[in-house]
Amino acid sequence: MSEERPELRVQKIREGTVIDHIKAGYSLAVLKILGVNKDSKKVVSLAMNVPSSKTDRKDVVKVEGRALYRSELNKISLITPDATINTIEDYRVKKKVTVSLPKRIENTVNCINPNCITNAGEPIVPTFNVVSSNPLRLRCPYCGKFMEEKEILDQF
Amino acid sequence: MVDLKDFSRDEVDYILKVSENFEPIANGKKRSKMLQGYVLCNMFFEPSTRTRLSFSSAMMRLGGSVTGFASGSVSSASKGESLSDTVRVVENYCDVMVLRSSLEGAARLAADISSKPVINAGDGTRQHPTQTLLDLYTISKEIGTIDGLKVALVGDLKYGRTVHSLSYALTMFDVELSFVSPPELSMPEEVVSDLKAEGLRVETTDDLSHVIESSDVVYMTRIQKERFPDPMEYERMKGAYSIDSTMLEGAKENMIVMHPLPRIDEISTTVDSSPHARYFQQAFYGLVVRMALLSLVLGKWRD
Repeated sequence: MSEERPELRVQKIREGTVIDHIKAGYSLAVLKILGVNKDSKKVVSLAMNVPSSKTDRKDVVKVEGRALYRSELNKISLITPDATINTIEDYRVKKKVTVSLPKRIENTVNCINPNCITNAGEPIVPTFNVVSSNPLRLRCPYCGKFMEEKEILDQF
Repeated sequence: MVDLKDFSRDEVDYILKVSENFEPIANGKKRSKMLQGYVLCNMFFEPSTRTRLSFSSAMMRLGGSVTGFASGSVSSASKGESLSDTVRVVENYCDVMVLRSSLEGAARLAADISSKPVINAGDGTRQHPTQTLLDLYTISKEIGTIDGLKVALVGDLKYGRTVHSLSYALTMFDVELSFVSPPELSMPEEVVSDLKAEGLRVETTDDLSHVIESSDVVYMTRIQKERFPDPMEYERMKGAYSIDSTMLEGAKENMIVMHPLPRIDEISTTVDSSPHARYFQQAFYGLVVRMALLSLVLGKWRD
């Protein structure tokens, strides 16, 4: 977390996950993906619009005592494809993963078209082609419908 | 045969060329046993008259047999069976399946699952590739070319799958397209975006009489009453998107009027005897093209 020195905004965590380089303003969406709400018992810290060396501004989310699921990683890669996921053990970065947006995503979102065969109870893994990442645009290979960022975020 | 976007221009040209050979069989001048011993299964979860009958007729004219159902209510879908299961069962009973569904992407799913060829006979508002091939065949037979033409699509461009399917296919050709529709029924954004990405020249207008004068093909579609919550609005709208014989007076000599049928009153019966009318010819060509497709997907056509 060298970028945060010398004025470390949020305390280092002992055990857990630090999601860094979140696109500025998208940390709330990340919290939504992680299911953080008023009933959550985990300690969560959030910093928004932090000056960053890589990009102009970024958001950072730290979740204590918890690792991320693959499904959460997939969703995070959709909304902020440059984020890095740091697994922290004993105050050190144990593992660092940069998420990346694949050309096709599976099992992460559902088609918004109610008339699409993927919403008809068929045994199909919902799969989308990524048309563009900025702005985020997905396309259903079955019905051809486009999905925009807002429609995707609404599902998380 | 799910989506014409999966086909190249060469493949489309080839299907149209093969189709010509079937005209004498389609009109009963020649008899054929090309598909003797083969079984076609019509799986129509949504009603259809001409598409289903013309597939059946095409199969029988070539000596094959036909089974199937004409409505989802008589299939086990009414008992809650998934399409996937229905396809896995039905593929045991036939050599080729013809599928119509109100769900978009249904034919893609069926084709992914089935080991037998699946022909999409319409999926929701999306694709109707055999209708499109017969439309292309009609234009090419009746005008002699598709390249270089101005084609106008008129009526319900929002829900009409024939016009979606046809516009996609026309991106393979050098044509100019005009879209003429009420604003409530204009071409969906994803279709327009695809067409423009393919470099197609597209004009949107509400001036039907100008379009009739400048186009080579005027493709009419039915505006369905149920699309309009207000019946008054429907009455007002439908007149603006219908044609009669006097409106065709300023048309180019070789202009043709097409319609996937059924028509209600968007083409007045006074147009039927006009030299521009081609919609009944178009229905005949449907049989021709479907014969060619069946012989091709079953591997029985020899050049």
